[in-house]
Amino acid sequence: MTEQITGAQSLVASLEAAGVTDVFGIPGGAILPAYDPLMDSSIRHILVRHEQGAGHAAQGYAAATGRVGVCMATSGPGATNLVTPIADAHMDSVPMVAVTGQVGASMIGTDAFQEADIRGITMPITKHNFLVTDPAEIPQRVAEAFHIASTGRPGPVLVDVAKSALEALTTFRWPTELHLPGYRPVTKPHAKQIREAARLILEARRPVLYVGGGTIRSGASAELRTLAELTGMPVVTTLMARGAFPDSHPQHLGMPGMHGSVSAVAGLQKSDLIISLGARFDDRVTGRLDSFAPNAKVIHADIDPAEIGKNRHADVPIVGDCREVIADLVALLRAEADAGHTGDYEAWVEFLAGIKRRYPLGYETPADGSLAPQHVIQRLGEIAGPDTIYTSGVGQHQMWAAQFIGYEKPMTWLNSGGLGTMGYSVPAAMGAKVGAPDTTVWAIDGDGCFQMTNQELATCAINDIPIKVAVVNNESLGMVRQWQTLFYNSRYSNTDLHSKRIPDFVKLAEAYGCVGLSCESPADVDSVIEKAMSINDVPVVVDFRVNRDAMVWPMVAAGKSNDEIKYARDLAPDFDRVEDDWEVRPA
Amino acid sequence: MTKHTLSVLVEDKPGVLARIAGLFSRRGFNIDSLAVGPTEHADVSRMTIVVNVESSPLEQVTKQLNKLVEVIKIVELDPTASVDRELVLVKVAATAETRGQVLDTVQLFRAKVIDVAPDAVTIQITGNAGKIADFLRVLEPFGIRELVQSGMVAIGRGSRSISERNLRPVTVPARPAVG
Repeated sequence: MTEQITGAQSLVASLEAAGVTDVFGIPGGAILPAYDPLMDSSIRHILVRHEQGAGHAAQGYAAATGRVGVCMATSGPGATNLVTPIADAHMDSVPMVAVTGQVGASMIGTDAFQEADIRGITMPITKHNFLVTDPAEIPQRVAEAFHIASTGRPGPVLVDVAKSALEALTTFRWPTELHLPGYRPVTKPHAKQIREAARLILEARRPVLYVGGGTIRSGASAELRTLAELTGMPVVTTLMARGAFPDSHPQHLGMPGMHGSVSAVAGLQKSDLIISLGARFDDRVTGRLDSFAPNAKVIHADIDPAEIGKNRHADVPIVGDCREVIADLVALLRAEADAGHTGDYEAWVEFLAGIKRRYPLGYETPADGSLAPQHVIQRLGEIAGPDTIYTSGVGQHQMWAAQFIGYEKPMTWLNSGGLGTMGYSVPAAMGAKVGAPDTTVWAIDGDGCFQMTNQELATCAINDIPIKVAVVNNESLGMVRQWQTLFYNSRYSNTDLHSKRIPDFVKLAEAYGCVGLSCESPADVDSVIEKAMSINDVPVVVDFRVNRDAMVWPMVAAGKSNDEIKYARDLAPDFDRVEDDWEVRPA
Repeated sequence: MTKHTLSVLVEDKPGVLARIAGLFSRRGFNIDSLAVGPTEHADVSRMTIVVNVESSPLEQVTKQLNKLVEVIKIVELDPTASVDRELVLVKVAATAETRGQVLDTVQLFRAKVIDVAPDAVTIQITGNAGKIADFLRVLEPFGIRELVQSGMVAIGRGSRSISERNLRPVTVPARPAVG
């Protein structure tokens, strides 16, 4: 005889059984029954100010800890406000469970108050989703949701629970087994494919390890470093993989792609073998696909078979978890090395080192003495150090944060890569800080992004979540403005935000119970950052009032070939000269 | 562009058709024909989907379909190693003068009259796409008043079943995913 409880109690008991300790959300009519037992549970519920904040917080929590992030909202607008973070989590493979209330089962489909078909809406942007109308199903569906979200290629799962199911009486039994006949992710790579990959690696003369976010999700950093050092192959880390391999490592060429380093772009473009590890040949990396790395064979390892061959033909497809793939490659290549078989990449490594020397990341200091945004971000990274978790919004500040901060560890760089969601930074930082309370968390934000989600500063101040926010304030939608400068004859249509005038970010921070600081001069950058670092009891917001004309370089214009990379405006790198140097080098 | 016939085994759950149709429409693929129905297993439905596309985009859609949690198995049927059938109900004008010719045609194609009215007959025919097209071409001059056609269903030849190996329940021990 099992005790009769409500569906709402069963839902909360299920979340507890799944190991949930923190939930970000906002109550409302349809989810209201669940909020009552939540009060008596072991779960910390953080009341956010907008459901989008709950979703990004759950993402930040998951990306910083590797655990499943959980957000909760009511039906209708509560649920639709979660759509952006759910889509974001889907694009960036973030393990997340979203629990939404739904109108009562008998009302579904009647255009009831606050009804939205959130299951239908989120079908293409979730890994899976459920509508639960039978209270007896709640534990099973919740268990499935957490299993699906966290295994295979991680992703968001939505569980939509009808209010009638929350209110009805049921019994609770946490399942001991799940029946998902259509869901069996392959994690163990095929030995034959690993052998073939090792053969290509040993034969190659210009190989490159193309490291993507899957390496971070699978926790493969240690194995990756072993593989890189065993073979001596150069490494590039994509936007989603910053931190998977130490930036300080001599084999690291930097980030590839539209705003990648010249050495990383050249490393892919001129290679004869790309070893793709948990990356997906995104258009922001490849540029024009038909001219991307024209002489390279491709080993493509991914846990998601649908990624393999999607954009670029894979000569050796490997389906499997990145960590297992890399570990198997290491074992095989080590045995080969012991038998005296190693690759000969010396000339290639030297060629790339030459490019890296000749075209380091850099920026121009504004002639008018105003603050260079890159300087702010670089100093922030140097002062806060590699143990800090950095989050960012989307745009110029994001690219500079990816370029000018030295990442040494995985899960310290959190951003919206695939979807490119402005407003990700502050709530993601909040979630990261909840998941890793002893770690310093800096949100590097733009003035445009910051104004999309900064209401979560209230959540942070009230709930003792002392994040730090650097608003890189160039009073414009900077990346859009950069494109207008380059491609629209400097006609600045609707990109001027006037954010050095309105709002006053310092006052805004103070109004939210945070410490507000401001910095306008290069001479004050270090002291302001240090002051912000010294405040650990409340959130801090620093308004860095920077030069508005700074641009992100290098750049491969959208739709152009990576061969047409510009190191700075009207300045293309001279690969030939480097190659001449390489060729005249004494043998 | 070539015609491909996919047999898709899915869990019999609400919403699964919407998920599958959504994947095809997102890729801009027009589904030529779709038939869904129960199978020899109580919890499993089978869809027969006919699409007209190049092979490489179809491979991508097949992979995406395979990612759907409720999709158990996808098989592309080889036209030479499978049989396919469609069902058509067609209402044809039949006056006292033409009725005899219409009924001759019905016999010729081994179709079946299932309803008769003073000025029309309703005919049922099953067959593959070619036979049905031929039949309708012959009926055309008499005057087709209404036509309804099922999606194509198809099955592989021989004794093997596509479902026999893949329907064993996959049991996953539930474990705390968080914490």
